[in-house]
Amino acid sequence: MKPRFVSSLVAASLLALMLGPVHAQAQAQSSAKVEIKDDLGHTTQWSRPPQRIVTLLPSLTETVCALGACERLVGVDRYSNFPEAVNKLPKLGGLDDTQVETIVSLRPDVVLLAPSSRVTDRLRSLGLTVVTLEAKSYADVQRVLDKIGALLQVRDAQAVWRRIEALVGAAAQSIPPQARGALVYYEVDRSPYAAGPVSFMGETMARLGVKNIITPEMGPFPKISPEYVVRAAPQLIMIGKRNADGLFQRPGWDRIPAIREQRVCVFDAQQSDVLARPGPRMGEAAQIMAQCLREQSSSSKKAR
Amino acid sequence: MSRAAAPHAPSWSAWRLLAGLLLASGLALALGVAVGSTGFALDWSGTDPMQAQILWQIRLPRSAGAWLAGALLGLAGAITQGLFRNPLADPYLLGSAAGARLGVALSLAVLGGTPMGMQWLERLGLTGAAFLGTLAGVSLALTMAKGVEHTLRLLLAGVVVGVVLGAVTDLITLAQPDILRTMQAFVLGTTSFLGWPSIVLMGGVLLLSLAVALGASEALDALTLGEATAESLGVRLGLVRALLIIAFALATGTAVAQTGMIAFVGLVAPHLVRNLCHGSHRQLLLLSACAGGLLLLAADILSRWLMAPQELPVGVITAILGGGYLLRLMHKRKYGGRA
Repeated sequence: MKPRFVSSLVAASLLALMLGPVHAQAQAQSSAKVEIKDDLGHTTQWSRPPQRIVTLLPSLTETVCALGACERLVGVDRYSNFPEAVNKLPKLGGLDDTQVETIVSLRPDVVLLAPSSRVTDRLRSLGLTVVTLEAKSYADVQRVLDKIGALLQVRDAQAVWRRIEALVGAAAQSIPPQARGALVYYEVDRSPYAAGPVSFMGETMARLGVKNIITPEMGPFPKISPEYVVRAAPQLIMIGKRNADGLFQRPGWDRIPAIREQRVCVFDAQQSDVLARPGPRMGEAAQIMAQCLREQSSSSKKAR
Repeated sequence: MSRAAAPHAPSWSAWRLLAGLLLASGLALALGVAVGSTGFALDWSGTDPMQAQILWQIRLPRSAGAWLAGALLGLAGAITQGLFRNPLADPYLLGSAAGARLGVALSLAVLGGTPMGMQWLERLGLTGAAFLGTLAGVSLALTMAKGVEHTLRLLLAGVVVGVVLGAVTDLITLAQPDILRTMQAFVLGTTSFLGWPSIVLMGGVLLLSLAVALGASEALDALTLGEATAESLGVRLGLVRALLIIAFALATGTAVAQTGMIAFVGLVAPHLVRNLCHGSHRQLLLLSACAGGLLLLAADILSRWLMAPQELPVGVITAILGGGYLLRLMHKRKYGGRA
């Protein structure tokens, strides 16, 4: 009885194996075979777009949704909170505590994650298909859109990119001439870390026509000395609400024009999320910054 | 270990070491005023108002503040190591570090969560929250241990309180992931924003806790012979412990609130001192404070000098500097162990 059961199982799985490719071929006729090379140089082949997707990075989640595949997501990481629909999905932990078991039980066709994630090898060894992608700049965002668009076999993935460009362009247009060329310090955290011009935030600032107090060779997010900021004398400071505590009491900072004239934009948690993610909402990020620049320039006009 | 031990090891006289440490601290302070975001540049002329402001409002208070914070941590480390007769004890013991982290996490979560915020919490700021958190953590450990009667129970209670409060903090950061970066900045510690008010505060607390600790130093000497012997020598253990723990909590809480959790200074400063000189606890406490101050000040100077105008996290340098020097000392001589 038992051996027969086992052999029938084997036969069934063999049958499934034989049927599998046939099924895939049928699909392949309707859509071309795609090869995706990810950011770690790992190549995967796709005869049909994945139907069950797990994303482990907020910007990747937003990219998948922007490409119209939100309903194919079956799980996301803890920090993904946009669009609203993903909050109903299983949350699979963060970078250091990814819930491998839950991911496996969700039977995803593909797991999209950042190269810095530690679970890539573990997930591969469990037989899952993993694609690692990371965006650090505008060019990266465009590239990631292309890759995920190809993976999902979306016809015009670059439409999302054109929308970003249009929004950033409109934001730049909306800036009053007196706010252009303003010297800006963007504080990422209170150590203090700054957003440099080579970071995607810095690229947005450059596109809006404001000057960054950080120079390109200092890297994307340099930890700087507070007296550097005093010396650079920014006219405007952008900072998250979490880090703004005690900003006006910092020793020696009362010299900085932005502090003296209270030209400080404090972003709430939701705005900070948008600003800190290199993904499809970079256009919205540019608009948040533009709004800050408009408000600050009009308030300083009133003061005069 | 008292001065009778290890007679073969060449050791400095305590007062000469103290003079040396103070001299080195003075030199480091002068260097600290000279080193800034443009690298090494000393301009005392004071004609440029910006230069003057940077010197008087940023570099000098920052350098002096780094020394004071290091001294507080060094003193707190020497107190705990003496009190628990354990060379691995450090200022972040007894639930102090976990309490401070929880205080910061709570205040961040509440501040961001409600649009109006809580007025008193906003006024308290992260500094106040960290200080209160430290005191709360230590008090909780004391309550769990039912007072200060049993050293081992107290130590264990501190560890358990640390783990539990740490878990609560983790839960808060899980619920509010966007506070993660700010939390991380606090845990790594920074000397960047020390101003004159911080100096006055830390200086006052340093004098106070140093006075208490020095007053109890003879009891600590007696304690090295064991609790029973100390009691038979007439030491009122309960009172001494309570006083020392208050001094310890004040010193740690103040340092942590002003600079975040800078690693390793409190652990390594007493060891450095013990390696260089064998003295009584009175000398050890004083010297540990000076060594801690010098260590953190040196680390602060290096942190802003090496990559100027960028900075390295100061905790990284204290670990490399203090740890490296201690390893070298241990390698050079047979390491005697504890005091």
